[in-house]
Parts: sequence; C-alpha cells; structure tokens
Amino acid sequence: MDFGEVTEAVMYERYITAASTYAHSIDHLFLLIAALVGFWLIVAEVVLFALVFKFREKEGQSTRYITGEEKELHRWITIPHMLVILCDIVIIVPAILVWYNIKQAQPPADRTVRVYAQQWAWSFQEPGPDGKLDTDDDVRTVGELHVTVNTTYHFELMSRDVVHSFAIPSFRLKQDALPGRTITGWFRPNRVGTYDIQCTQMCGLGHALMAGRVIVETQQDHAAWLMRNSNPSLAAQPAAPAPAPESTTMAEVRR
Amino acid sequence: MSATAKPIANTRSVTGIPTARLITWWVIASEIVIFGGLLAAYLMHRLGHPEWAASASHTNTWAGAFNTFVLLTSSLCAVLAHKAADALDGPRAARLLRLTALGGVIFLTVKGFEWTTDIREGFVISSGGFWSYYYTLAGLHGLHVLAGAVIMLIVASDAAKNRELQRVECIGLYWHFVDIVWIFLFPLLYIAR
Amino acid sequence: MSEQVQHAGHDHPEPGFFLKYCWSTDHKMIAMQYLFTGMAMAMIGGFLAYVFRMQQGFPNHYVPGFGLVTPGRYNEVVTMHGTIMIFWVAMPVLIAAFGNYLIPLMIGCDDMAFPRINRLSYQIFLLSAIVLLGSFLVKGGAFGGAWTAYPPLSASGAYNLTPIGATLWLLAVALEFVAFLLGGINFTVTVMNSRAPGMKMFDIPILIWMIVLATVIFMASAGPLIAGAVMLLFDQTMATGFYDPVRGGDPLLWQHLFWFFGHPEVYVVLLPAMGIVAEIIAVFARKKLFGYKSMLYSTWGVGILSFVVWAHHQFVAGIDPRMANVFTVTTLLISIPVAELVFLYIATLYGGSIRLDTPMLWALGFLAEFLIGGVTGIFLGSSGTDIYLHDTYFLIAHFHYTFVPIAIISVFAGITFWYPKMFGRMMNETLGKIHFWGTVIPFNVIFIPLFMTGMAGDQRRIYSYAQFAEQSRPALQHLRTTSTIGLLVMLSFQLIFIFNFFWSMRNGKRAEANPWRSTTLEWTVPSPPPHGNFAELPTVYRGPYEYGLPGRADDYWPQNAPN
Repeated sequence: MDFGEVTEAVMYERYITAASTYAHSIDHLFLLIAALVGFWLIVAEVVLFALVFKFREKEGQSTRYITGEEKELHRWITIPHMLVILCDIVIIVPAILVWYNIKQAQPPADRTVRVYAQQWAWSFQEPGPDGKLDTDDDVRTVGELHVTVNTTYHFELMSRDVVHSFAIPSFRLKQDALPGRTITGWFRPNRVGTYDIQCTQMCGLGHALMAGRVIVETQQDHAAWLMRNSNPSLAAQPAAPAPAPESTTMAEVRR
Repeated sequence: MSATAKPIANTRSVTGIPTARLITWWVIASEIVIFGGLLAAYLMHRLGHPEWAASASHTNTWAGAFNTFVLLTSSLCAVLAHKAADALDGPRAARLLRLTALGGVIFLTVKGFEWTTDIREGFVISSGGFWSYYYTLAGLHGLHVLAGAVIMLIVASDAAKNRELQRVECIGLYWHFVDIVWIFLFPLLYIAR
Repeated sequence: MSEQVQHAGHDHPEPGFFLKYCWSTDHKMIAMQYLFTGMAMAMIGGFLAYVFRMQQGFPNHYVPGFGLVTPGRYNEVVTMHGTIMIFWVAMPVLIAAFGNYLIPLMIGCDDMAFPRINRLSYQIFLLSAIVLLGSFLVKGGAFGGAWTAYPPLSASGAYNLTPIGATLWLLAVALEFVAFLLGGINFTVTVMNSRAPGMKMFDIPILIWMIVLATVIFMASAGPLIAGAVMLLFDQTMATGFYDPVRGGDPLLWQHLFWFFGHPEVYVVLLPAMGIVAEIIAVFARKKLFGYKSMLYSTWGVGILSFVVWAHHQFVAGIDPRMANVFTVTTLLISIPVAELVFLYIATLYGGSIRLDTPMLWALGFLAEFLIGGVTGIFLGSSGTDIYLHDTYFLIAHFHYTFVPIAIISVFAGITFWYPKMFGRMMNETLGKIHFWGTVIPFNVIFIPLFMTGMAGDQRRIYSYAQFAEQSRPALQHLRTTSTIGLLVMLSFQLIFIFNFFWSMRNGKRAEANPWRSTTLEWTVPSPPPHGNFAELPTVYRGPYEYGLPGRADDYWPQNAPN
C-alpha cells in the first residue's frame, strides 16, 4: 500500500506527514504509549489464552478452591498492579510535558493570524507586509491560509456561529473554536507543502465540506504572495468595516 | 389504586428502614442532583455576570418572603400530619395534609400573581440570562410544589380511611425537600444583589 | 413463615393477553419487554450502522434498502446510531432487562419492591423510544447534530436545520432518563431492603452489586444533564440564551453537564457487563471468584473515579489548558481499578476446569476484546496524544472496542447463559458457536482498520472525504472498505442468532432448573420461573461462588442449601 512519498524513520509518518515542530513530540509520545500498553496487552492476552488452554476441562481434573485472599496468590495481582501504576506515571509525565509545550507555553510569535470558523467555511485574516494585524494592508482569504516555513505563528481562533474545530492533521494541531471566545494557539510549520485543514467538530449539514488548506511556503514565495494580494492602494482608504457578526463576537470576547 | 396485593419484596426491610421511606430518600437524592446541577450552573453564571443584579432587583422580594413563610408553615403541618399518622389517627393526618396542600396552593397563587406582574413589566423568560434562570428554577420548583400538593391530596384521601398511613411520612419528607429547595432559591433569586 | 402464607394468598387466575404482556407488573415480564424493545432498537441501530458504513466503504453509491446518503441524511444516521445504541440498547438491555429479570431471582424474593413503578418505568421508556423513532418522520428529519448535541448547533433550528427533530431528540432522551431514574431507584431499594434472610452484603452476587452501583452512578450523574436538557429545551423553544454567548450564556456549560454525565455513563453500562461476565466465568471455570472483595472495592473505586474524569472529552474544547493536566492524571488513575478488575477475572481462571460452552466463549471474548478497548483508551486519556487523536476514527475504534464488548458481546453472553431460565429451553450450541465466531472475528475486521485510518487523520462524522487531499488517498479508502465488509459479515451472522433465539423457544431441549450446575438462587426455581418466583422463599447460608470445595460430593454448593 502506498501511504505517500514520506520516508522518514518515524513509523507514524506511514500514516500522515509531520509538518510542524511539535508533530514529532506527539508521535513519539504515541509510540511510547504504544510500547507500554502494547506490552500489557500482549501479556494479558497471552496469560488469558494460556490459562484457558491449561485449565480446560479434562478427564479426572478437579478444580482448586482458591478464594483469592491467600497472600502468596494475591501477589500475582498486587505486583502487576504496582507495575500498572508505574506505567501510568511513565505515561503521565511525558503526556503532560507534550501538552504543556503545545497548549500552555506559547513561544513568542513571529506573526499572528486570525482564523474565523463559520458554517461551513474557514476564513483567515493575515497581516500584510507590515506584519501587523488590523491594518489596511491585511490580507483576507477564504479556505486558504498562507504561511512561511520555519516561522512561529500565533493564531486567534473565533467562531461566528456554532462550535467548530480547527484541525491540521499534518501539524498535529486541533483546537475547538467557540462562539463568543477567542482562543489563541501556536504552530511552527517546518516543511513546505500544502496540507488539509479539517473541521473536526460536528457543525451541521456542511460539516464534511468544511475543508481548508494551509500552504506552507518559503520566505520568498510568501513575500511575493503577500505583495500580490495585499493591495497597497487600499492604504489610502479607511479600513474596511468588519462584517457585523464578527464585531459582535469581538465585543463579546473583550467583555 | 388497584387491588393487587403487595409483593413480599415490598414488605421486607433488611436495612431496618421501611421500604417506602427508603425509596422516598432515593427520590429526593436524585432530585437533589437535578436541582444541584441547575443551581450550580446559575451560580457560576451569576458570579460571572455582576450586571444580572440589576435584573434581580426587579423581583418582588416581599412576595418571595411571604411564600417562604407559607411553605415553612405548611411544612409544620406536614410534621403534625406525620405525628398523627404515627398515632394511627388517619382522619386527623388527612386534615393536616389537606392544610399542607392548601399551603402549596397559596404558594402557587402568589407565584402566579408575581409572574403576571413580571411579564406585564416586560420581563419574560427570554429577557436575559437572569430571567431565564429565574423562570426555569422557580418554574421547576413550582412544578414540584404542584406535584407534591396533588400527591398529598391523594395520600390524604387514603389516610382519611386509615389506609396506607406510612405514605403520610413519605409525602411529608418530600414536602420538606421542596421546602428546602425554596430556602435556597429565595435568597439566590430574590435577595442576592 | 408468615411470608409464605401471605404469598399463597395472592395466586390469581391467568390474566388476559393485555394484562399479561402489556400491563404486567411481574418483573420477569417487564424484563422481557425491555429485552425485546432493546433488541428491536439494536436492529435499527445496526441498520443505521450499515447505512453509514456503506457510504464510507463505497462513497456516493446507492445503499440497498436506504438510497443515496446525502450529507444531511448521513448526519442523522450517525447521530441516531450513537443515541440509540447507548440509550436505547445498552441501557435497557444491560441494566433494565437483566436487572429486572435477575435482581428478584438472585436475591431471593418474589418481585421488585415497587412493581407498579417498574411498569411505569417501562412505559415511559417505550414512549421515549417512540418519540425518538418518530423524529425520523417529522419535517426536516431527525436530529443530525451528533449524539453529544453541542449547542449552539443543537439549540437553534437556524443552525441545525432540523428544529423539530432536535426537540424530539431532546425530549426522548429526557423521558428515557426519567424512565431509568424510576427503574434505578426501584432496583436500589429492592436490593437494599428485600434480600432473602441470611444474604449479607458480601453474599450478594457480583452482578447484582454491579447493577446497583451502576444505577447509583446513573442517578448521581444524570441529574445535572436533566437540568441541562431543560435549559437546552428552553433555548430551542422559548428563545432563552443559556448556551448563547451573545446573551451571557456559555456553550461550554452544556459540554460540562453532558460529559459529567457522559463519562460515568460508560461505567453505568460497563459494570453490569462486567457482572454478567463474572457470573459466567465463575460457573464455567467451576471456580470461586478470585478476590470477591477486591473486586467490589475496585468497582467502588471505578465508580467514584468516574466522576472526576469527564473533562478528558474536552481537552481541546477550549477549556483552560491547565485543567487538562488534572484530568489526564485522574483518567490514567482510573486505569488502575479497571486493570485490577480484569486481572482478577483472568486470575479466576487459574486452577479451574474450564468448559467452553457458548456463554463462556462470549465471556472470554469480552475479556479479550475489552482489553484492547481499555489499553487504547490510554492514548486518548493522555492529553498530549489526544490533541491529535481527539475525534478521529482512532477514538471511534477505541470506544467501539469497549462498547461492543459491553453492549453486544456481554449481552450475548448473558442471553445465552440465562436463556434456559428465561424460556425453559436450551439454545442450540452449534449455532451459538458459529454465531460467536461469526461475530467476534468480523468485529475485529471492522475496527482494526479504523484505528489505522484514525492515525492517518480521518475525523469522525464526515460523509465523504473527497474534500480532503490527505484523506482521499486510495490506501485509506481500502481500509474503510475492509471495515465495511467486516460489518456486512458481522451483521449477516446475527441472522443465525435471531433464528437460534426464536427456534429454540419451541424446539430447544427442555431445560432443567439448573442446567449449568450453578450456585446462585435463580437456578433453584423451575425454568421458566412461575409467577412469584419461589414456591418457598429461600434462606441464604453462604456466598455465591462456592465451587470445587474440597470434601464435598458435588463441585458446587448452592447458596440456599443448609448443608
């Protein structure tokens, strides 16, 4: 089977590209958990089947009367029990570290973009060549987010109607968008290419059609794209008023 | 009430608590979590929205206080009814239960006037966060008062004939619960500013 | 004994059809009503699964028996599949049907403590099922906003486009909760107060313990959601703004209320399933359960911990990210008592003499499959990996590896085990075994590929991946098609069960009172038990699992045998 042209050593990439800096930390955590729980699964299944085979009903076999309160037998529960606790700790610590790095600690932003979710489209507001949001040269796009490779982005995520979820599988990024709130997150793409944006929270009739694309470009390509799309003549005009639902949302957020 | 005899399961009492009282406690326990969920949601939002105090100031505190008094008095009647039932005096228990139910009716009547005034002043259930909770909480409580009063009259009609006297205590317990819910609602909806 | 005298007093003439089948207060008849309603709903839920799996496996093709699956229909079908399978199959069959049938029999009394409340509980349940199914027929169709019904989508017809369906869905769920609150209260009171003389706390069969704990967990967790449902109903119909951020509400409030119920709900259905499996393992391994008390303490631990893990469903929902750390820890903690339970079950097999009859196959199948469901939960409970796996098919596969063992495998275990008691005949063993393998093997064929598509980023509730370049790779489509074929095979093998179930009722070998040589009280009465259950109400002398006691002629020692 052909899972794409990705050939990196990480097994996970057989399934999906890793195109952001934290993608690998999630994949490694996945592999760690897979190794630990895989071990337990195999041990438990093997013991289960071995016991069924060994103690199957045979001619002249009598059962042993065991209550399970006997010390020397209960060991067989207590010791695995302790090991399970140990494994839990071994999983909890890196799980929280990965979470902390992705969702709690936000590295300083090189650029900030704004992401609007609505039934059933993604729209984006990116700073123009001046690098600042809410100026006249901002670029507004629908369904396509253009970003520069190896640049730390903050995103401000908003929903104009129902709950959506902003997911870029190749970045291992997922964050629900809530009406009435602005949720900030970050990502740092590290591989040039075009990747899917999904909505992963049921949002109504067009949920499956709510696709977007994130286009990771080199510095030069991105600068050229910005120049093409950010009309400098706009600078002479007053900033376009934001659409009504959006301003409601913003006002609500800043309450 | 059908004439089916009670199963033996109903007459046993392994815990020492009579089955009827035990089920009443469980009903109350499951009601507590329903009101608890609603009250917790209200409190969280109320704390997050100091501006709701302005809406709350439109509520009629005097009507609320009078209703509190009515409910407390009716609970007293329910206690006396229980005493009478313990003394196997069914007719007296029935009279006291009917008095208790009358308290419920007065409560609902006052509530009706209160709500009519509120609605006339333009405060309906969709008028804002506070009013939504006000009508939902008080409405759900009012339904419990209504249901309690109806059941109480049914129990009273049995008790008058000295039948099913153990139910007098159960409906009394339930009535105290409804009362206590109101003791929470009154300050949270009417007094808190 | 005065109890017997009283009992003899209420032998009445055979009631007519309506009184016997529709208006009965007999716990066994109510159990049958729940069982058959649950099975009918399972067929509907299975048909819905067939519809959306066909769309997944063979996108945009005509689905025989349904037609073309449009996005709107797809949403309805997945929403209803989830709702029906959890609330109208797992709950009524596992708790209500088995609970109703077995509680009075296993604790040694003649009926539930409040038979008419019991009847009312079923009637409300039936009404809720009718309301739910009726929502398919209303204008706009059934609700399609996922079984979790997150507002604002579920709160406004302008968003979900199924205003009537959404309200009916909510009403049905609320009614169903009321039905189970009534039933659950009755169960709890009956077990607390109506046990046979001599049956102390630790003489209660583990299944009864687990059903009661499950109903207590349900009662404690469902209340807030009932309140939440009232609020959502007002949002839908009276333009209130409980969940509307513009008017001071909060959409996250519903998510908290829903999952505060939703996660304990997993254990509400898991515990009775574990109980059924425990009973069967003890009987067919001819063994005392390994550590009855440890088992109980673990179950209590699961029950308590289940109330503090709910936010792991909301890691990426926009809650304070610091909360995720707390809930990761509690979520992984719950793996400890659950693992303990599974270890104890496996340990029970040690030193036994295991007969692999159909019920035992199902019970062992439950353990083998549930283990997979359990360990894959760790990936989702760890906040770090959940960022990626949340709401993907990895999650779908994980919880089906828990819910299929719970709601399907353990139910088959229970039905094949208690069938002789319920209907007085044995089921056909050969057909039973064919059905077992024909269900369990395709089950893995369905869900192992879905773990893989989930790792590849397939998100759930998507009717077609055509919009997504990464998801429309042919390799992933092969996996989806494989899964669909697995489902078709699994569904077709269910016909064998249905045939066996109804054929054996008339043609099975007649069952004696205790065909499995079991110790618990339900096997001391004739099969099927008469009205009033026990000719002479039993007294209990010992715990429920006295198998293979040295120095006795029989290898089992019934609970009610004086010596």
